[in-house]
Amino acid sequence: MSLDLIIEAKDVAKWYGAFQVLKDINLTVRKGERIVVCGPSGSGKSTLIRCFNRLEAHQQGEITVNGITLHDKMRNVAEVRKYVGMVFQHFNLFPHMTVLMNCMVGPMWIKGVSAAEAKKTALRFLERVRIPEQANKYPAQLSGGQQQRVAIARSLCMEPAVMLFDEPTSALDPEMVSEVLDTMTSLARDGMTMVCVTHEMGFARAVADRVIFMNAGQIVEEGTPQAFFTNPQNERTKLFISQILKH
Amino acid sequence: MLYPDTVEAEVLVHKPWFVATMFAVILAAFLAFNLTGTTMGDLMRPVIGDPLQSGLYGRFAVAFVVAVIFSLNVVLIGFAPLKVQIAIVWLELLVLFLGFFETFHLSLPFIWEKLPFLITQGAVTTLYVSAISIVIASVIAILGAVAKLSTNGFAYAIASFYTSFFRGLPLLMQVYLIYLGLPQLGFVIDAVPAGILALSLCYGAYMTEIFRSGIQSIDRGQWEASRSMGFGFGITMRRIILPQALPVIIPPTGNQFISMLKDSSLVSVIGVWELMFLARTLGQKTFQHMEMLISTAMIYWIMSICLELIQSRIERHYARSKVR
Ligand SMILES: Nc1ncnc2c1ncn2[C@@H]1O[C@H](COP(=O)(O)OP(=O)(O)O)[C@@H](O)[C@H]1O
Ligand SMILES: [Mg+2]
Repeated sequence: MSLDLIIEAKDVAKWYGAFQVLKDINLTVRKGERIVVCGPSGSGKSTLIRCFNRLEAHQQGEITVNGITLHDKMRNVAEVRKYVGMVFQHFNLFPHMTVLMNCMVGPMWIKGVSAAEAKKTALRFLERVRIPEQANKYPAQLSGGQQQRVAIARSLCMEPAVMLFDEPTSALDPEMVSEVLDTMTSLARDGMTMVCVTHEMGFARAVADRVIFMNAGQIVEEGTPQAFFTNPQNERTKLFISQILKH
Repeated sequence: MLYPDTVEAEVLVHKPWFVATMFAVILAAFLAFNLTGTTMGDLMRPVIGDPLQSGLYGRFAVAFVVAVIFSLNVVLIGFAPLKVQIAIVWLELLVLFLGFFETFHLSLPFIWEKLPFLITQGAVTTLYVSAISIVIASVIAILGAVAKLSTNGFAYAIASFYTSFFRGLPLLMQVYLIYLGLPQLGFVIDAVPAGILALSLCYGAYMTEIFRSGIQSIDRGQWEASRSMGFGFGITMRRIILPQALPVIIPPTGNQFISMLKDSSLVSVIGVWELMFLARTLGQKTFQHMEMLISTAMIYWIMSICLELIQSRIERHYARSKVR
């Protein structure tokens, strides 16, 4: 395995009971690559990226993340989660902690960093997502866009090798979408390895190295944004793109 | 508070049909009982003459006056603002209540003589037995709740067996079983620890359900965020989930504490010198049962009121800092 492979999925399959959510998934993510995953609702996008930090367990095939193979007998799931940051659709900030604490607890409780050190890191990344002035507020006092940027900062504080985004802008009011996308774009410019489930096609065009289209648990098309949007091969992809671009 | 309909402005107690009905009902009720022999009849002497000779006329006059006073009272209270209404009605009920106790002709000196002991021995024992039990019950409840939510078959089975058993038996029976049963197995146990054990186990079973529903009320996303950051189960539970579940858990736990305060009276059967025990025994020698029972009842009530006040303060505290 080459050293700069961050995520490697081979023939991955997963079932919920009798229902197959993921089928023959083959995917590699190299260091610094930005990947956008799209596809109709229920096609298994969330399930796929949740397998990458083992919030979900796959049943067949092999997933290797940052050199660690994920399987049922692994003793330390937390080890892989250190290297994988995740941003959720609904932010999932800890509402009983200030923004600053939200960003500090990861390094403090996982890496055993001192509070002073963790605070410095937290402020640095809050600066990075451009909301250092909100540090002492509680999440509920922030707008959706600000909360999502805090969630990004919280993940960054762990200095992950790859960031997973699960529809980070789809719970936001339209005018807040761009501030989050701007943050993500600037992350991408700085070379962060990213896997984003999103339907923001402008974002995909601007930053993605590859776009992956999923349908019914399978990757049905994969290519550069250019090829994906202008010359889709698969019938399902064509339909999807035409629907997305209709409005 | 229920939804106040601002369209219907008229006050119920000012509607003629309501006042008339109320008046009629009170009149009928007091006609049914002959009150001419009571203080009420005595007060009416100028109008009805000798109460005992006044017959049907006296009876009617008394009932009429009572009904007028009652209706007038209700109508007048109807004009007051809400807070004042509540205060007046509370006071009136309290006065009626005390008046009712007055009819027992209680011996106040006897009460004053025994009151210090009732408080220093009885109330204190009741309070500390309840407080220790509620703490132990909370610990049991956390463990029980985690077990009940776990995917571990053993843990689930043990926890559900425990809650089912201790919720299924009368508390009084548990008290007896522990106090009388354990010594048979070779564990001699004092009355106080036996009582605390019984209360803890029983309330732990009820509170397991409170804690379980509190933990379950927290959004799945909190678990996912915490676990995806690499926090283990213990940290997630202690630092992320429980702190958020506490505002859900604490009010019903306060309720349980109030309830336990009174249920702790059941341990009097095994000879713990708490309030109920003293209430039954202190008045025995001189046959002044009522004095002790009523004063003890008041002590229980006052303690409950204090706890209710504390509980509502805590609830307000959490309502204010409620996030999200
Ligand atoms: N815990 C679960 N149990 C059963 N089925 C599930 C579960 N989670 C997701 N699914 C199903 O798996 C499919 C894929 O879900 P998901 O990965 O969330 O899709 P997407 O994110 O692409 O909208 C859906 O049909 C969904 O109903
Ligand atoms: Mg999804």
